[in-house]
Amino acid sequence: MNPILIAAIVVAGIGAVCAVMLVVASKFFAVPEDETYSKIRECLPGANCGACGYAGCDGYAKALCEDKSVKANLCVPGGDTASKKISEILGVEFEDVVEKVAVIHCYGDCEHTSNKMDYVGIESCEAAKLMYGGQGKCVFGCMGFGDCAKVCPQGAICIKNGIAHIDTRKCIGCGLCAKACPRKLIEIVDDVEKVLVTCNNTEKGVLVRGKCSNGCIGCKKCEKNCPEGAITVTDNLAKIDYSKCTHCGECAKNCPVGCILVSDLSGLHRYVAE
Amino acid sequence: MMEMLKSLTVILLTSVLVNNYVLSRFLGICPFLGVSKKLNQAAGMGAAVIFVMALATAATWPIQYFLLDKFNMGYMRTIVFILVIAALVQLVEIILKKYMPALHASLGIYLPLITTNCAVLGVTINNINDGYGFLESMVSSIGAGLGFLLAMVLFAGVRSRLEEANPPKSFEGLPITLVSAAIVALSFFGFAGIVDGIFG
Repeated sequence: MNPILIAAIVVAGIGAVCAVMLVVASKFFAVPEDETYSKIRECLPGANCGACGYAGCDGYAKALCEDKSVKANLCVPGGDTASKKISEILGVEFEDVVEKVAVIHCYGDCEHTSNKMDYVGIESCEAAKLMYGGQGKCVFGCMGFGDCAKVCPQGAICIKNGIAHIDTRKCIGCGLCAKACPRKLIEIVDDVEKVLVTCNNTEKGVLVRGKCSNGCIGCKKCEKNCPEGAITVTDNLAKIDYSKCTHCGECAKNCPVGCILVSDLSGLHRYVAE
Repeated sequence: MMEMLKSLTVILLTSVLVNNYVLSRFLGICPFLGVSKKLNQAAGMGAAVIFVMALATAATWPIQYFLLDKFNMGYMRTIVFILVIAALVQLVEIILKKYMPALHASLGIYLPLITTNCAVLGVTINNINDGYGFLESMVSSIGAGLGFLLAMVLFAGVRSRLEEANPPKSFEGLPITLVSAAIVALSFFGFAGIVDGIFG
């Protein structure tokens, strides 16, 4: 018999056996997949940030399928769009998502403060912090090695002029950067806030003055001028109670060092909603 | 008996260290570079490769000797082996999904990735080329898998150091990874002759 024919028959035979085996296996060992699960999983952004409180998007989707009491509006990065779709799939009432955005409580860039030493160690904030509290004069401020930028799933953080900046249009409010910052400078606030204290230094005013021209000196002018009583100075540092703040901007106008910022901090979600 | 144990040990050590599939024979470079970024992923991939290599050898060795040799068509080995390994891995995936969902989730994407991995095909074909018996083939393929795991874990360690390093801009990313892979491979050439030295 023709050797080519034999070879063709044998290979085809092996292929056929394999095919039959796979078909039988897929029939016998089929696992019933929950359709709602894969549908919900598609709605979620897949950032695996954990802002919902579950282990990644897979975990949240699973929890939504199995437990009807789990709320559909927990996905912060997905925002209203994801919440709406999930509510439709599950057939529950749509609930608004409170979108979040990350803000940094430091504006001590190269123009406002300077270094007390040259640091040549491992390029990470976590490591630099161990070396006499980092290379900057201020041991409360941003060190600018970008530990936050490294963990950001959206690439929303960039290091410019020695400090981290957050692009609020890209920020999805997952809070990974807040966990990564060894100084705890990053706060996750509701995506409607406009006023921000850009300092984290709790030292006395005189000391702060010598280190950073943007530092809060704890003069309490903002506290006295706030019509809502939303801003208080504790430990020589102004802090805003966002539940009372009306974004009037009186505090910023009266701040002698200009460390209170009034601008549109809100990000991505706003543009999507419009 | 002692003779056999000795020869099996030689085969195992040879395929783990001397003829390491990634670092000496340069097979399976794709997952070696692709999945070695994190240690736990590298270890997962390595474990999956050991499993698939052993399974593939167990399936392809009988096919070679009881089917291909019978029809005098050893030249079709490559195509037939690819076919069989691909089908086998798919089958294993289906069965794992049903009976061991935890293992399936952890092996996850690695299983289908390995299906068309040249290291797996290389192991099965080299076993035939070296004229190994069934037991020897199994030991050799498990050794090859262990060698793959070793290479992956070692290189994951190297890469985690690379993350902290500060190479010149033009070397950042893949270039420096390839350079360090070459240096790691170079170090494995130090093992050449070591097995003969111990057992010879």
